[in-house]
Amino acid sequence: MIEREQVLHVAKLARLSLSEEEVETMVGELSGILEHVDRIGNLDLESVEPTSHVVALENVLRPDEPRPSLPPEVALSSAPEPQDGAFRVPSPQAE
Amino acid sequence: MTDLLQMTALEAHEAMVAGDLAASEYTAAWKEAAAGDDLNAYLWRNEDGEDSQAIAVERDCVAPIAVKDIFTTEGVPTTAGSRILEGYRPPYTSTAVRKLLEAGAPILGKTNMDEFAMGSSNENSAYGPALNPWDRGRVPGGSSGGSAAVVAGGLAPWAIGTDTGGSIRQPAAFCGIVGLKPTYGAISRYGMIAFASSLDQCGPLTRTVSDAALLLGILQGKDPCDSTSVGLDGGVSLPDREDLSGLRFGVPAELGGDEYDSGVRAVFEQTLRKIEELGGEIAEVSLPSSEHGISAYYVIAPAEASSNLARYDGVRYGMRAGGDGDLVQMYETTRSEGFGPEVKRRIMLGTYALSSGYYEAYYGQAQKVRTRIAEDFSGAFAGVDFVVTPTAPSVAFKLGEKTDDPLAMYLNDFFTVPMSLAGIPAISIPAGLAAPEGGGPQLPVGFQIAAPAFGEQKLLDAAYALEQGIGFDARPEGL
Repeated sequence: MIEREQVLHVAKLARLSLSEEEVETMVGELSGILEHVDRIGNLDLESVEPTSHVVALENVLRPDEPRPSLPPEVALSSAPEPQDGAFRVPSPQAE
Repeated sequence: MTDLLQMTALEAHEAMVAGDLAASEYTAAWKEAAAGDDLNAYLWRNEDGEDSQAIAVERDCVAPIAVKDIFTTEGVPTTAGSRILEGYRPPYTSTAVRKLLEAGAPILGKTNMDEFAMGSSNENSAYGPALNPWDRGRVPGGSSGGSAAVVAGGLAPWAIGTDTGGSIRQPAAFCGIVGLKPTYGAISRYGMIAFASSLDQCGPLTRTVSDAALLLGILQGKDPCDSTSVGLDGGVSLPDREDLSGLRFGVPAELGGDEYDSGVRAVFEQTLRKIEELGGEIAEVSLPSSEHGISAYYVIAPAEASSNLARYDGVRYGMRAGGDGDLVQMYETTRSEGFGPEVKRRIMLGTYALSSGYYEAYYGQAQKVRTRIAEDFSGAFAGVDFVVTPTAPSVAFKLGEKTDDPLAMYLNDFFTVPMSLAGIPAISIPAGLAAPEGGGPQLPVGFQIAAPAFGEQKLLDAAYALEQGIGFDARPEGL
């Protein structure tokens, strides 16, 4: 159903690094789940409109007025590595 | 002291308002009860420390409440049952909790849950599962398992949880209490940590239908911070209906009997007879697309989750691991160490379903099935007032019984997922006891009643009349 290569590709898209054992388990489990899910693949739903949201709402707008927001020190208070009023992250390129 | 804990939240509220009960004494009694948590049901308890200042109430006149650890609470730990949020103290409070505090309900604590609300047994919590007070070798259900366990186990008078595919109703059924999933949009989702945004909804877990009505009245309402919230027109009144005359209850023709245990079936059929005794009418309805509910749900919910959980990247809050490598390594290490197996599985499933080449076949098709399921309900409600089913296919199962088989765990949501996909309100009330398949002491069975969107008042009124008729008064041993 789902191949090892696909699992590795999807893990990369999802920013997950899976152990060898996790990859093995994932191949089996995802295949089982997808086999069940595939039952809807054969339904003829050509003319059916998709539902993305159940309540009929359109363009909920509010006035564009400035309002107070979290002060920077509060917004940074939960960060693993705040520095100089910003979120510090490792370099995007390996050194 | 014990007498105080026997009162329903409504009785206590009325006594406090009348001046017959000192709120401080009542809240203290519950704090003491909560401190005796031997069910691993609380992840954090309000013990009047420094933490508690942020969530103090000005004047308590509403029963203290347990809150699922998915609701952000300023200055108070909020983990969503995940390692990735261990130690996180949010800088803001969710609308649901803010409304509770404003109404005068002190927060007793934050309750255990399946990680990011993904699970039906509480076994996916990074902090170990909450236990079922009826039998500690069994699960309390999930994902709001901690909230159900504290109410059933005498550790809180009432609680709030969230329901995405059954996460309030199924644990309520497993623990012998009342659980209500309101219409999507009835209660604000602001500050409710997102799992599947088009399905997630906050709701009450209580001992009685009247308590659920009181709590829903406090929580509901349109909120500028959640543009999908609409509230309930006219609020919520306490139910007082005594019979079910003139009301029609639809039983899905597709309910064969293979889908659930014989003990559950016996209680379900006995409840249908009770409805007739109370003057209600039982009719057959057709929900042909409901059998595809699980398939559609396990595409839509993981797809939305894979997007919602992209925010946990070790940058702005929560844990960080692998900070010595480059940026992508840090993301991957943080997420791989921070998320548990079920969350990874769903992120993988959702990412796959949304990936190039598969989107239409999975996500597109699932959204069309969703339309069909909603149409089935609209069709059914043209002829009946309510649709009724068992809440879950079995009574509470044993710890570890389904952990090796994700699909078997997912099928537990068979009866609850269709209402979530349709966005309609549904309540589970305790209807009786049944022995588990394979033997053992008797355990609670839930009866689910679903109503058209925004039909909460009518739903609560009918559930109340049925609750009085059933007279369920069994409690876990020692309570």
